[in-house]
Amino acid sequence: MCKDNAQTTQLDTWKEVEAFAKRTLPPHVVEFIEEAQREPHPESKLIKVLQLVQEHYGYLGKTQMDAVAQLMQIPTAKVSGVATFYHYFRLVPRGKYMIRICLGTACYVKGAERVVEKLKEELGIHFGETTKDGLFSLEGTRCLGCCGLAPVVEINGEVFGQVTPDKIPAILEHYSEKTD
Amino acid sequence: MNDMKTKVKTIKIKIDDYEITVPEGTTILEAAEKIGINIPTLCYHPNLSLLGACRVCIVEVKGLDAYLTACSTKAWEGMEIKTNSPEIRQARRDIIELILDNHPTDCQTCERCGNCELQNLAYSLGVREKFFEGEKKHFPIDARSKSVIRVPEKCILCGRCVRVCAEVQGVYNLSQHGRGFYTQVMPAHGSAMDDSVCIQCGQCIMVCPVAAFVEQSHTEKVWSALANPKKHVVVQTAPSIRAAIGEGFGLEPGTPATGKMITALRLLGFDAIFDTNFGADLTIVEEATEFVKRLRRKEKLPLLTSCSPGWINFLEKFYPELIPYASTCKSPMSMTSTLAKTYYAEKKGIDPKDIFMVAVMPCVAKKFEADRDEHKSPEGYPYTDAVLTTRELIWMIKCYGIDMKDLPEGDFDNPLGESSGGADIFGTTGGVMEAALRMAYEVLTGSPPEKMEFTEVRAVEGLRESEINIGNFTINVAVANGLTNAKSVLNRVLNGEKEYHIIEIMACPGGCIGGGGQPYPPKGYHFLDPELLAKRAQALYKIDQSKKIRSSNHNLSIQKLYREYLGAPGGERAHQLLHTHYHPRLPRGIR
Repeated sequence: MCKDNAQTTQLDTWKEVEAFAKRTLPPHVVEFIEEAQREPHPESKLIKVLQLVQEHYGYLGKTQMDAVAQLMQIPTAKVSGVATFYHYFRLVPRGKYMIRICLGTACYVKGAERVVEKLKEELGIHFGETTKDGLFSLEGTRCLGCCGLAPVVEINGEVFGQVTPDKIPAILEHYSEKTD
Repeated sequence: MNDMKTKVKTIKIKIDDYEITVPEGTTILEAAEKIGINIPTLCYHPNLSLLGACRVCIVEVKGLDAYLTACSTKAWEGMEIKTNSPEIRQARRDIIELILDNHPTDCQTCERCGNCELQNLAYSLGVREKFFEGEKKHFPIDARSKSVIRVPEKCILCGRCVRVCAEVQGVYNLSQHGRGFYTQVMPAHGSAMDDSVCIQCGQCIMVCPVAAFVEQSHTEKVWSALANPKKHVVVQTAPSIRAAIGEGFGLEPGTPATGKMITALRLLGFDAIFDTNFGADLTIVEEATEFVKRLRRKEKLPLLTSCSPGWINFLEKFYPELIPYASTCKSPMSMTSTLAKTYYAEKKGIDPKDIFMVAVMPCVAKKFEADRDEHKSPEGYPYTDAVLTTRELIWMIKCYGIDMKDLPEGDFDNPLGESSGGADIFGTTGGVMEAALRMAYEVLTGSPPEKMEFTEVRAVEGLRESEINIGNFTINVAVANGLTNAKSVLNRVLNGEKEYHIIEIMACPGGCIGGGGQPYPPKGYHFLDPELLAKRAQALYKIDQSKKIRSSNHNLSIQKLYREYLGAPGGERAHQLLHTHYHPRLPRGIR
């Protein structure tokens, strides 16, 4: 059966697909998948694999998810289904600066919502998105544990307290200049 | 061998005060059905795995505080079940009301109106008012596909499409994405169906209880062609249409309706009515010639049939390395269309550009096939201009105010209207194989088979393998319908586990009679219902038996066509017009 090997290999997309998948993912993730394949129920490692990919790239892109699906032989729709189900997974690249605004009770009462509006307006993005220049990402978060400073904004670990909408342009300016 | 003495343990349960003994492992739903109690269901489907997502089938069990889902709960010894109580009826009604609250209320303009399981349930459970008025989900319609349109706003998240796509077709293209209120069933990354691993079989359309999947409609195109006096509008109807179209007009399933359908098409105003069966006979002549040649030379075996466009899409995305084994024959539809715009056009003296070719197909993947570049003329116009599903044709006939069942019988037009019995059975699983064997037998032995029926290739169970002895040849055949079945045969081919000579594959369960473009099951039947499929198949076998000519190569119009126009079967002109090629496509499916 299948004697015309030369012709069939030429048409087979698998080698190409596999090679591309391996190029797409970092070597340690490929290794992790290969190891998982040698054990029973490798599909149960999907979430771990996606975590590893996100740790490496900061997000899960379509190409990366496709690569995971092919190497693990899990339907791509299932992979992207899992990735969209958990809030933990990001589907767009993270900006250089991650702006997290606290939406906990204290911050909220102290006017965090107006700060959110100002941030969205200045950056031109919604929660979970990244600015076109790749500089800023915006995320809402629960209590950061410093309610005395409410409302609080945290940017890459740096905390800004008692933030009001009119303070936002200066804060953003500070980070933009840092990059220049 | 199984130990014949092993006895299945039975258990005694009580349902609504009836005592009943059932085998261990029986679900509450199955047990209730045995004594004539039909518990309402929505996400449940007898041919798919259990999900228990919708909760419509809940029942009360004595000693338990919570209601249990009848579809997914196995009965246990001594279980006392109540399927009907004021509380249960109220709870079921609440569930349906909550689903309705987040569902568009556009029943009158919905494709499923009258055939909607949600509508029927709401009616039968007595929902007459709306008590909940909340936020509704808003998702755009995805109409980017040439075949299957996704309408996520109507989706009730029962998961049947996800299961049919995975379990019956082995395609796994659909999955729930996002969570909670924002959950949507879609292909990976929300891509267009045509850019995903979707094979356009349309089984999701059939299994959906509402209308969250529908076909890309071509009815408007056909209406405007019919209204255009400059267009010579030609129609062809696939073998399986005559076996199912009657259902749309209240005829008993399995009633052949060829003649009445032809008269209806004439009333709609088509200028010529051809039979895809003619193309089917031609496919057999070309394909059997190709097969016998490969068999004698012992090359490129097994030959894989190529009539089913869903299967061809599957081949290109899932098993591209097997492309060289697929028959290069165009499908019967594309052969008929090609000849209508060449042979027929020349005979009639019509410019092929003025011909508008409509194909009535049991299939939504045919819409994709018709649009392929390989099926366009050297000048760039498509050979098939529009593809109507059986459902679309039924609507068009009804729209015209015709009650098809009262019409007199009509006849197909020539020169593309005559067909053998072998062509009729193309519409059911094993039919292409049987027709090919009828002719191959004659080519290999010099005389036609004594018995025309090769019942050993009728794969009603989904997958069938047999050995057929013809002259000095022993031919290993396999017939598969439903692509999960196809996968198991193809994997055996790839692993070299068995040497087959010819394999027939049809994407849809039961073959074209179970196609994604066929009428929604009439009352009393469900989608994938073996009884309904058997009745439709029987209609085709009846027509086959009633024909004088049963082998494709004896079709006189076909013989004339070769004499007048094509030359020899498998010859140069035949190759140019009747054969095609396939190419690997991405994304690559997961096998």
